[in-house]
Amino acid sequence: MSDEEDDIILSELNDDDLVAQMFDDLYDGLKEEIEEGVDILLERGWAPYDVLTKALVGGMTIVGNDFRDGILFVPEVLLAANAMKGGMAILKPLLAETGAPRVGKMVIGTVKGDIHDIGKNLVGMMMEGAGFEVVDLGINNAVEAYMDAIKSEEADILGMSALLTTTMPYMKVVIDTMIEEGIRDDYTILVGGAPLNDEFGKAIGADAYCRDAAVAVETAKMFMDRKHNQLAG
Amino acid sequence: MKHIPDDQTLTEAGLSAAPEGKVLLLACGALAREILDLIAANNWAHMSLHCLPAILHNHPDQIPKAVEDAVKKYRETYDDIFVVYADCGTGGLLAQTCERLGVQMVEGPHCYSFFEGNAAFVAQEEVTCFYLTDFLTRQFEAFVIKPLGLDRHPELRDMYFGNYTTLVYQAQTDDAALTGLARQHAQTLGLAFERRLTGYGDLATTLETIKAP
Repeated sequence: MSDEEDDIILSELNDDDLVAQMFDDLYDGLKEEIEEGVDILLERGWAPYDVLTKALVGGMTIVGNDFRDGILFVPEVLLAANAMKGGMAILKPLLAETGAPRVGKMVIGTVKGDIHDIGKNLVGMMMEGAGFEVVDLGINNAVEAYMDAIKSEEADILGMSALLTTTMPYMKVVIDTMIEEGIRDDYTILVGGAPLNDEFGKAIGADAYCRDAAVAVETAKMFMDRKHNQLAG
Repeated sequence: MKHIPDDQTLTEAGLSAAPEGKVLLLACGALAREILDLIAANNWAHMSLHCLPAILHNHPDQIPKAVEDAVKKYRETYDDIFVVYADCGTGGLLAQTCERLGVQMVEGPHCYSFFEGNAAFVAQEEVTCFYLTDFLTRQFEAFVIKPLGLDRHPELRDMYFGNYTTLVYQAQTDDAALTGLARQHAQTLGLAFERRLTGYGDLATTLETIKAP
């Protein structure tokens, strides 16, 4: 970063320029700057939901697009996510207080035998940014953990993640259990992880395979819209 | 034994086959030394080796097409081709590709598995272990540190490795210097260290089954 950019004082920027600068800061993974930008926008009277969607999610969408297009790579995305996490930590309690719109509820977790959670964490964060309530079960989840959580949390969506060829078949164990219990169609099931593909998602009976966090958000929104339309109809 | 390129060449470019045998072993560059050693030790004169760049290990989505292209390129030159890859993170796509092309491949999910022996590896259920082979120990910077950005952002280490407990060094050769290097890598990643002398495991027994046509 140049000296000129180092001299930028966030509080002296107008709203539009500040949001644009926050996009840049998210892209560069500057957590402290993002936290400062969030505080400034809140002090200026922005609703927490607007800060989240217009500044943070807007910025992460650019990061997500550049990751998809091969311009950014995993380390840069992680740094950006870490910066967004800093902003989210400020906003989360305020969002709860102000009753931000809730799009749906997702239970998400990495499957049994698998400890990889980077992709899952990104999806969870972007889903929260998109207005979903997210219950994160963490790593190495047995079928019982998923079943208990989707029922007790009254979730709309179940998200399962796996990084290993050896663990991804466990997703089918979970879905088959849901079928046996007659609750499969009560939930939208989204799956993701590096070795997965569309074909695998269909073969195990998931509703969709999502190749990255941005696709997961768009897919989740689409299924929620469909569900609402069905209920309205 | 055939001249072995240096590790960086094996990582980035692989190894070109010399048409001296009737069966082509189409392998990952990370296995070149081990396979050439086995060929020499067993006098498997019917085998030639061609390696794809080892760095495909970090891009498993590219492996099936790279294997398919190589099979198509070499199938007229050899009587048979054997693919010396396991699934290697392709989610079953490499197996489908090999089946469609009518060529055989190594069983198992990864080289970590077949070096240790697929049956033993599955039985251990070591979900919190991170594995290095001889090759990956030597090429740790190229396969782990740089691709994960840890050279530029060491603070990301625990986001990647926070759920792991142990680095298991699967030693194909008994080399004190390499063991010391692997131990250093474990320290770099903040993991406990364990060394297992695996030798060539199921790689040796699999290649033994490939007979001259």
